Amino acid sequence: MLHLLSGFVEELRRAGLPVSLTEHLDAAEAIHHVPIEDREALKYALGATMVKSASHWHAFETAFDIYFARGLGSGEPGAAEDGSAPGDRRPLAGERQGQQGGGAMDQLTPEELAALLYQALLQGDQSLMRVIARQAVTRFAGIEPGRPVGGTYYLYRTLRNLDLDGVLARLVGQAKREREEQGQGELSPLEERLLGDEYRGRIDQLKKAVEDEIRRRLVEDRGAEALARSIRKPLPEDLDVMHATRDELATLQRALQPLSRKLAVRLARRRRHRRRGPLDFRATVRRSLSTGGVPVEPRFRHPRPAKPEIVVVADISGSVASFARFTLHLVYAIQSQFSKVRSFVFVDGIDEVTRFFERAEDPAEAVQKINTEADVVWVDGHSDYGHALGVFYDRYGDEITSRTSVLVLGDARNNYHASEDWVLAELRKKARHLYWLNPEPRDYWGSGDSIISEYGQHCDAVVECRTLRQLERFVGDLD
Amino acid sequence: MTTTKDPLGLGDIGPARFSSVPEVRQGLAEVGYLADEGIAGVVYLADRLAKPVLVEGPAGTGKTQLAKSVAELTGSRLIRLQCYEGLDESKALYEWNYRKQLLRIQAGQVLADGAADPSADRHSPTWAELEEDIFSEDFLLTRPLLEAIRADEPVVLLIDEVDRVELETEALLLEVLSEYQVSIPELGTVRATRLPMVFLTSNNTRELSEALKRRCLYLHIDYPDIERERDIVKHRVPGITDELADQVARIVRSLRTIDLRKLPSVSETLDWARTLVVLGVSSIDATAARDSLHILLKYQSDIDKAAKELLSATEA
Repeated sequence: MLHLLSGFVEELRRAGLPVSLTEHLDAAEAIHHVPIEDREALKYALGATMVKSASHWHAFETAFDIYFARGLGSGEPGAAEDGSAPGDRRPLAGERQGQQGGGAMDQLTPEELAALLYQALLQGDQSLMRVIARQAVTRFAGIEPGRPVGGTYYLYRTLRNLDLDGVLARLVGQAKREREEQGQGELSPLEERLLGDEYRGRIDQLKKAVEDEIRRRLVEDRGAEALARSIRKPLPEDLDVMHATRDELATLQRALQPLSRKLAVRLARRRRHRRRGPLDFRATVRRSLSTGGVPVEPRFRHPRPAKPEIVVVADISGSVASFARFTLHLVYAIQSQFSKVRSFVFVDGIDEVTRFFERAEDPAEAVQKINTEADVVWVDGHSDYGHALGVFYDRYGDEITSRTSVLVLGDARNNYHASEDWVLAELRKKARHLYWLNPEPRDYWGSGDSIISEYGQHCDAVVECRTLRQLERFVGDLD
Repeated sequence: MTTTKDPLGLGDIGPARFSSVPEVRQGLAEVGYLADEGIAGVVYLADRLAKPVLVEGPAGTGKTQLAKSVAELTGSRLIRLQCYEGLDESKALYEWNYRKQLLRIQAGQVLADGAADPSADRHSPTWAELEEDIFSEDFLLTRPLLEAIRADEPVVLLIDEVDRVELETEALLLEVLSEYQVSIPELGTVRATRLPMVFLTSNNTRELSEALKRRCLYLHIDYPDIERERDIVKHRVPGITDELADQVARIVRSLRTIDLRKLPSVSETLDWARTLVVLGVSSIDATAARDSLHILLKYQSDIDKAAKELLSATEA
């Protein structure tokens, strides 16, 4: 067991979770206190001792499913599902039946299987769903032994054949019909929605069962370590924004809100606690009265520096499309925390978009509006940093003061236009800070039409900002 | 393991408070806290491993309540340290009662004046005495952390919203959390005679330091699943029918699938259920839902969005 645990810890570290030696030892001790055959308890014991951040839970769960897969150690796939196997908290009648009836299930026609699936979802029969999931994987996934894959394609293939969307529609349809037959009138939209969500929940359970099943078979096929390697995914904070999928972007955007709050808290805290002000003589004397005139506790004035003004200038052209969406959400988050934020977006023209963020309560809505309404195209809709910056300086240059921090977000790929980098030099003279956040890997900087070095020489800092972690570090280093 | 324990005198972590995970779960349910397996498991482990529990999760999911319930279950006194920005040693650990010390010194002077002239030779022994005197326990004001350590009776220590203190202040907690002791330079080290159960809660407004996290067991309490939420509603709202509780739980689940600024928390669900009971609603229809949605959701834009999605949308 300890050996297995070490392997598991190794895997967690490879996945990027910071598991320290103490935590490893804690985990080793914790597993003495839980019944070893109880898979859920084991999971929570390991999770509580080694996973110290909610965003890492998913990665932990994936690794756990691989390393402590159902039926581990027995070797026989069938033995795993026996009632006494680890993980099955209660022996399920349906499961056993499925086990023995496995042969019978093979005989079912696709139509019969579909009908069975329909029944299982209608009644929310979990054990039956698990049996069906197993059968479906056998039939549709077409797993090829030995191929080094993570199973996403198998999952897709299985689910496509089950046509779950169609099943969902039929389930809701049937509920409606039953209602009408009973003469109770139509379903109200609320009821319909609740019903839909109920079935959707069950379908998600089924999907999970299918996924578990595929994963279990892959572990059997190639062993835990090999599989872990192929399905390992970066942690949310390490995701590359430029290449994130839609789901991943959604995760990132959820993570942004707390980050901007952190940013706000950090800046505010610095403002309040950084320095003590001069001695507040009156307050000190007043205070000293309670100690018989001895000034035990000197009082200081709090410094009250001005509020920071932030100007964000973001590239939203096609080459940084997904980064742009991310940045817009970031800008929204910043704007909701600071009172004096002005935001600008550009492609080859530039437009102020502060108003969109101010009015919108929902970032998605603001982003949508900006993408459709902001006037950012000047000639051809290809990035032209030089022109955009020039216009920015002409129109708004006077409003940059010594209290302003300027953030430029973009990859500095200028399509070989004139760089006009004097604008940045001027901005730097006027502004308090000038930072450039570049979503490209540092290795690509300066290659092709990237002129980041030309711009970068005028900035206080040029920061590679591809992942949330890098963004967080930038925020952390802010002064 | 030995390195973390024996030199610190934690070899004996006291008798187990619970004998098994199901017992924890059962016990918590009896005092009105419906834990899921994960929560009960971590509480059990915290007792066995003598480690603090760091509880994180969205607001209103019962993080603080967990500590209170555990205190009630184990018959312990709950000592609570509410964290806030600017919390320091003198508010969290201990403070010398300098007013009393000053009084003591002045009283000493008055007595000395009555006697012969104070000369340098005569002064020094009294000073040593005096020092010994004014830095004794009589002049010590205990604050929550020290109080929890020194308590003779069983204690549950709740450090609430630990993410609100500055990173530097966090370090104050480390000695207490890992070794259950407080060092006071003038007095020496005060060690716990009975290990308290410690819960820290955090709303995740900032990342806590690695050092703190390493010393704790981590528990993330998320929104409960539908069955548990229904049970919680039934348990905590007197006079609610099973049917209504079920409806409440289902509507709240659907609401949580919508992309809202602030998702309804468990406490808001309970408020809503109570309201419905008071209003005498036996079954939630569209009107009842629309009229009371503002109890669940706190932003007008959220209310509009939810009403649009839930009450008038046709199924795609």
